[in-house]
Amino acid sequence: MTNAVFMVPITTFHYLVVAAALFVLGVIGVLTRRNVVIVLMSIELILNAVNLNLVAFSRMWGNLHGQVFSIFVTVDAAAEAAVGLGILIAFFRNKETINVDEIDLLKW
Amino acid sequence: MNPALNSGLNSAVNAGMAPVATPWFFYVLAGLAVVSGLLVITRRNAVHSALALIVTLLAVTGLYLMLYAPFVAAVQIFVYAGGIMLLFLFVIMLVNIERSSKDRQFNRMWPVGLAAACALLALFVSAFVKGKALFPDRMISLPESSNTQQIAGMLYGEAGRMGEYTFAFEIASLLLLVAILGAVIMTKKKI
Repeated sequence: MTNAVFMVPITTFHYLVVAAALFVLGVIGVLTRRNVVIVLMSIELILNAVNLNLVAFSRMWGNLHGQVFSIFVTVDAAAEAAVGLGILIAFFRNKETINVDEIDLLKW
Repeated sequence: MNPALNSGLNSAVNAGMAPVATPWFFYVLAGLAVVSGLLVITRRNAVHSALALIVTLLAVTGLYLMLYAPFVAAVQIFVYAGGIMLLFLFVIMLVNIERSSKDRQFNRMWPVGLAAACALLALFVSAFVKGKALFPDRMISLPESSNTQQIAGMLYGEAGRMGEYTFAFEIASLLLLVAILGAVIMTKKKI
């Protein structure tokens, strides 16, 4: 049968593979991009991968602790985005750039 | 629909297994999430990256619904796709992306970063290949209609008692207050 792959029931393992792929994409974005806005978006990608893992484990164990914890991770993501974008605006006002390798005011 | 497939579907439902179409939904949503995640980190224009990130968030929301987590899915749409992405788009509007999109897009050390990320991927792959047997194959169907009520009971407490996470919930509200104050103070021109 050609679509034998699609007949396999979806288990926790499938979700973990998707979350790992999203996590690695986010890490690549953080480590290689120059634009700070896209670096912050990559961090959101990483946090989403973590959330997906937590919810998948929540279903695997049959309780809701993972879902509650993923809500806390979402709160943290919102706080991080607000503060990070605030820093970005303050920095752009001073140096007129949003490239990470030109942010070197503390470099001696 | 031919009768053989039909009876197979019925027996699958009767045995408590997932319906036949479910894997298709999973693969479509997972593929959408990963492809648009790839677009987020490769686009030159930050607005295109933000739109691709919204598609990723919506695909992950679909995966939450498949995992019997309707409240987390709603929070994902309200907070991420509604709040955080709005913040990102406003900041993209405020800062000058014209110059940045004409610049070099990757920093000078990008091969090192890519190598480190590939090492992380290799770690994940080896852990998953070796540890696949550790994950039980069972997928429990959580009750969906009382999901929000149970989460509220854990966060706020129920029947006059404090919930398991009430204290952590209050700390989280303090964190949000600090983040709001920090964002306001940092973006003010003169304090």
